[in-house]
Amino acid sequence: MIDKIKDFASHFFVTGDPLIYGADVSIGLSMVAIFFVLTYFKKWGWLWREWLTTVDHKKIGIMYIIASLLMLFRGGVDALLMRAQLALPNVHFLQSEHYNEIFTTHGTIMILFMAMPMMFGLFNIAVPLQIGARDVAYPFLNAFSFWMFFVGAMLFNLSFVIGGSPDAGWLAYPPLSELSGSPGVGENFYIWGIQLSGVGSLASGINFVVTILKMRAKGMKMMQMPLFTWSVFASCVTIIIAFPVLTVTLALLFIDRFAGGHFFTMLHGGNPMMYVNLIWMWGHPEVYIVVLPAFGVFSEVVSVFSKKRIFGYKSMVFSLMIISILSYFTWVHHFFTMGASANVNAFFAITTMAIAIPTGVKVFNWLFTMFRGRIRIEQPMLWTLGFIPTFLIGGATGVMLAVAPADYQYHNSYFLIAHFHQVLIGGVVFGYLAGIYYWWPKMFGFKLNVKLGLWAFWLWNIGFYVCFMPQYALGFMGMTRRVYTYGWDMGWGPLNLISSIGAVLMGIGFIFQVWQILYSIKYGERDTTGDPWDGHTLEWTIPSPAPEYNFAIEPIVKGQDDFWRMKKEGIVPMTKESEIKPIHMPRNSGIPFIMSWFWFIAGFGFTFGWTWMIVVGLLGVAGSMLARSFTKKLDYYIPVEEIKETEAKFGRLV
Amino acid sequence: MKKRGLLNGIKVALLAAATALLLSGCDSSSMIVLDPKGPVGHTELKLIILSVVLCAIVVIPVLGILVYIILRYRDKPGNKAPYQPDWDDSKTLEVIWWGIPIVIIAILGVFTVKGIHTLTKPPVQNAKPITIQVTSLDWKWLFEYPEQGIATVNHVEIPAGVPVQFELMADGPMNSFWVPQLGGQEYTMPGMAMRLWLQADEPGTYFGSGANFTGKGFAHMRFDVVAKPQADFNKWVEKVKKTSPAMTTDTYANLKKKGLSDVKYFSSYPKDHFKKVLNKNGGQYMKMNDKKKDDSQFHEMKDMEDMSDMSEMDMDHN
Repeated sequence: MIDKIKDFASHFFVTGDPLIYGADVSIGLSMVAIFFVLTYFKKWGWLWREWLTTVDHKKIGIMYIIASLLMLFRGGVDALLMRAQLALPNVHFLQSEHYNEIFTTHGTIMILFMAMPMMFGLFNIAVPLQIGARDVAYPFLNAFSFWMFFVGAMLFNLSFVIGGSPDAGWLAYPPLSELSGSPGVGENFYIWGIQLSGVGSLASGINFVVTILKMRAKGMKMMQMPLFTWSVFASCVTIIIAFPVLTVTLALLFIDRFAGGHFFTMLHGGNPMMYVNLIWMWGHPEVYIVVLPAFGVFSEVVSVFSKKRIFGYKSMVFSLMIISILSYFTWVHHFFTMGASANVNAFFAITTMAIAIPTGVKVFNWLFTMFRGRIRIEQPMLWTLGFIPTFLIGGATGVMLAVAPADYQYHNSYFLIAHFHQVLIGGVVFGYLAGIYYWWPKMFGFKLNVKLGLWAFWLWNIGFYVCFMPQYALGFMGMTRRVYTYGWDMGWGPLNLISSIGAVLMGIGFIFQVWQILYSIKYGERDTTGDPWDGHTLEWTIPSPAPEYNFAIEPIVKGQDDFWRMKKEGIVPMTKESEIKPIHMPRNSGIPFIMSWFWFIAGFGFTFGWTWMIVVGLLGVAGSMLARSFTKKLDYYIPVEEIKETEAKFGRLV
Repeated sequence: MKKRGLLNGIKVALLAAATALLLSGCDSSSMIVLDPKGPVGHTELKLIILSVVLCAIVVIPVLGILVYIILRYRDKPGNKAPYQPDWDDSKTLEVIWWGIPIVIIAILGVFTVKGIHTLTKPPVQNAKPITIQVTSLDWKWLFEYPEQGIATVNHVEIPAGVPVQFELMADGPMNSFWVPQLGGQEYTMPGMAMRLWLQADEPGTYFGSGANFTGKGFAHMRFDVVAKPQADFNKWVEKVKKTSPAMTTDTYANLKKKGLSDVKYFSSYPKDHFKKVLNKNGGQYMKMNDKKKDDSQFHEMKDMEDMSDMSEMDMDHN
């Protein structure tokens, strides 16, 4: 019996590496610390009432951002471990398998558990406020989306200490990811971690499309929406079409692994290339899903901090939508070298290059928004300005990669690695950081410290170029991605060392940002006006942080950049006491939280193939659904008195 | 403001240091992609250069404009530059910046499509090509010479100045076959044979590697491509035939086991070996599915009549 338990435990828990023991200890200690702090300060009730059961889009947005910053940390540590291993030839810091797990989790976490939630965080924080709504269309579903993402991310991260991490690359190409190539549970963790969070992503996509179509303030036409809202719309339409493809693809892979299917093995008539097609039919639009909202942020920021209207609004909207459509016609460029015919490659080469056209147009429009404006270089603008050169170079290397015959040389090399980090860090991360700096006062009621922010900005930026410019050269030197070590003979040593130094600089930049947040919580400049940046759009008409109901009186919009118009006409947004009516709000619910954890249990069961656990999890899910369907009190009204009190506190009541 | 100065100072110093280090690493002889030794690599290099130039035509002026605009339109007291907050539309300007990228992409597109089609044909027409069948295994490369009847592991020799038709497949995970100085890569897939034309113009030893991740031993999947004059190549074949052991089904079964391997030479290999391994991995399904044939498209994986041709090519095996 004891032997059986020992044998089980030795497979169940990942052992044998000091890094993992370190992780075990730190996970244990932080759990104890969290438990202790919550108990000592008697915060369990607060945590449950205010956060775990909330359906308030602003709080959900904040939770998304906190979770994504944690994942940025985890993914960043992965990156630093990799760069440490590659800094010099013949380093034996990580074993091959361990390195393979780290790059697999780095990629998966950064895209699905860092970029996506940070994006949803910004959606939640800004979109309802920008369109003058009191919440998203489906608040309960919104909470469920968040918790599904959260448990998916937890399940995925658990693989580090239990069962073993996936190690077949972040897109898990078969046959390597099939049982024949990856017999452990790692790939199951990958499949189920993504499946659970994917449900959340799809639901969020639907939620925001409906919110934008149906919840806009009176008078706001589609062609008057702020560009960030437009970018969210473009991104969410893309999500709705792309994510089901991912779900099905991973489900088929799971059937191959779990039930002996042959969808992606050549034996019995399957085809691994079908997987590669399917995963990129999601994977390529995914790139645009994450970058479009960043374009939206830049559009808002450039216009506000140039004290000018955005240049070429119509072509900005048009280019957003055209990018979201074109993104579906480029997926084959991820495998030009997989034997598609010349005409197929030619088609996808041209469509890929074509994406550069609307994207280039956006850059020109941003430039001409600044032209004849008055540029204030506050933190959001700083990141926007940092983004433009980075993205120009990244875009240019993207066009280079689209030249299919040249891609035969770049494919899977460090040139490619440098390119996509350039667009993803320079475009997506810089964009979301600009967005977080921009809406931070709206979220929390204070600004982030400028001096620490400058340090963070320059460390990130310089670190970025030091890290990735050498990687273009390494690609030309024949270095392929995912090699865990190399010899002195290739001459790759010096550039890799420089690249690793750059990665460390970016890591220090991140530490400065954490410091900046902690410092600003205490000393940051308080925002009493609700409009710290002299903004143009509706979210700046209400106090910071926004009250639970957002707008005491629903706004009536007369045009694009409505708040800017009001300011020009000398209208100050105040709440007239006589116009206040009781506000209809959704009631908090613990069901999204509980149901998602049952999904976690089911996912864990699927990962290990434990039927009893799958049954427990799915029964819990069904039970949660039943409980929801029998819940009678779904909503409530905020009484007039309470609204008056809140508005008076902000000095808005007249 | 002092602090800003300090920050900028650090920035400049770091950039200078990085540039110096970068240049020290950029010894041009090691940039093998930019130093092609065969017609395929040259075609690709030309496209690389063309795309860099075309992109630079847009990127460099735009960077200049960006710097100019930031400097000129800063929100400083006393800035005399014009301020027009409501100027947000200009048809002329928009036509220009929709137009420029369209023109550039059109030019690049034409050259790209031409390039794609060029690479599907043998690089030179006046020499008789040789065929080498490549199988990627966990974690080694097997090369079989159907015309010569020999096989090698992790080492391949080719005659210089002769187009080489590599036929690629995997017996295990997908990989990608890449010899940067001779030309771009092509995937190896289980059950699907694909073709890649390469050619070395001059004798030499060229670095080759697997480019698509295949698991634990992936980083060690390196091989040398040695190009020699035809006569030397023939001598080498004779030597391998005389001095090396034969590859039997058992040898292959051992070779297929997960693990690394030294360079190996075999004087012969089982008849129709490549085709059999291909079919064992599901090649027969590809055959059923595909009726089309287009000889001009060698990059195409379908093209299954090749597979039946292959038995003829294997005829002269012992």
